[in-house]
Amino acid sequence: MSSRIDDALRFNQNALNLRAARQELLASNIANADTPNFKAKDIDFASALKGVMAESAPKLGLNTTAPAHMELPNDGKTVMGQPVLYRKPLQPSADGNTVDMDVERAQFADNALRYEASVKFISEDIKAMLAAIQG
Amino acid sequence: MSLFNIFNISGSGMTAQAQRLNAVASNLANVDSATGPDGKPYRAKQVVFEATPMGAQAGVGVKVAAVVEDSSPLKMQYDPNNPMANAQGYVAMPNVNPVDEMVNMISASRSYQNNVEVLNTSKSLLVKTLSIGQ
Repeated sequence: MSSRIDDALRFNQNALNLRAARQELLASNIANADTPNFKAKDIDFASALKGVMAESAPKLGLNTTAPAHMELPNDGKTVMGQPVLYRKPLQPSADGNTVDMDVERAQFADNALRYEASVKFISEDIKAMLAAIQG
Repeated sequence: MSLFNIFNISGSGMTAQAQRLNAVASNLANVDSATGPDGKPYRAKQVVFEATPMGAQAGVGVKVAAVVEDSSPLKMQYDPNNPMANAQGYVAMPNVNPVDEMVNMISASRSYQNNVEVLNTSKSLLVKTLSIGQ
C-alpha cells in the first residue's frame, strides 16, 4: 500500500534507516579497534541511498517461525541490500587491523549529526503536513 | 533496528576490554609470584580478541577467543637464600613485563572509553528518534 503521505516521508525514512545502519557499522569498527586482522568497513552513503531509493519494494527476508527453521546467515557483505566496502587503510598496523580510530570517531560523530538532521527533517515534514491538514 | 544493535556491539567491546584489563591486573599483581597453585612460577596471561557477527545486518562485535599464557622464557633471578632456588642459586620468576602491561592497560582503558562514548551517542540518537513528530 502506498499513499501520498508514505511517498512524502519515504526519502527521509530511507535516509534515516541507512544512517542507523551506517552507525552500526562504525560502532563495529570502533569495538574491533584491537582485534587482530579485523578490516574496517563502511558504506558509500550517497550511492547506497540511491540504490535504496531505486528499489521499489524492500527486500523480503525469511521469517523463522519454528525452531527447525534456519535463519539467513549474516554475511556482513550488504546493508539494506547495498554493498559494504572495506576502508582503505591509511596507517595499517602489524597485526592486520585497519581500524584508524581518528577516522572512525570523526565519521561516527558526523553520521550521528546527520542522523539528527534527518530526524529533524522528518519532524518538520510531519509538521508541514499537519499544518496543511488542520489549516 | 540497527541502533539497538549498537548496544550489543559496544557492550561486547566493553566486555572484551574489561577482560583484557582483568588480565593486566592479574599479571601486574603476580609480577613477583615465584610459585603458583601448581608449584610453577606464574606466567603472563594475554587475551586474544576475535570479531564475531552480531545482529541481522553487517554488525560485528568482539569476543575473547582465548586467554593464552605467554611462552617467553621466565626471568632467572640470583637469590640463593630463597627456598625456591635451584642448585645454582637461581629462582625462576614470572615472565611479566611491567612496561607491556602498563601499555596494555592504557590501550584497554582508552578502547573501553571509546565504546562508552559510542553507546552514549547511540542512546541520545534513539531518544531523539522517539521524539519524531512532536
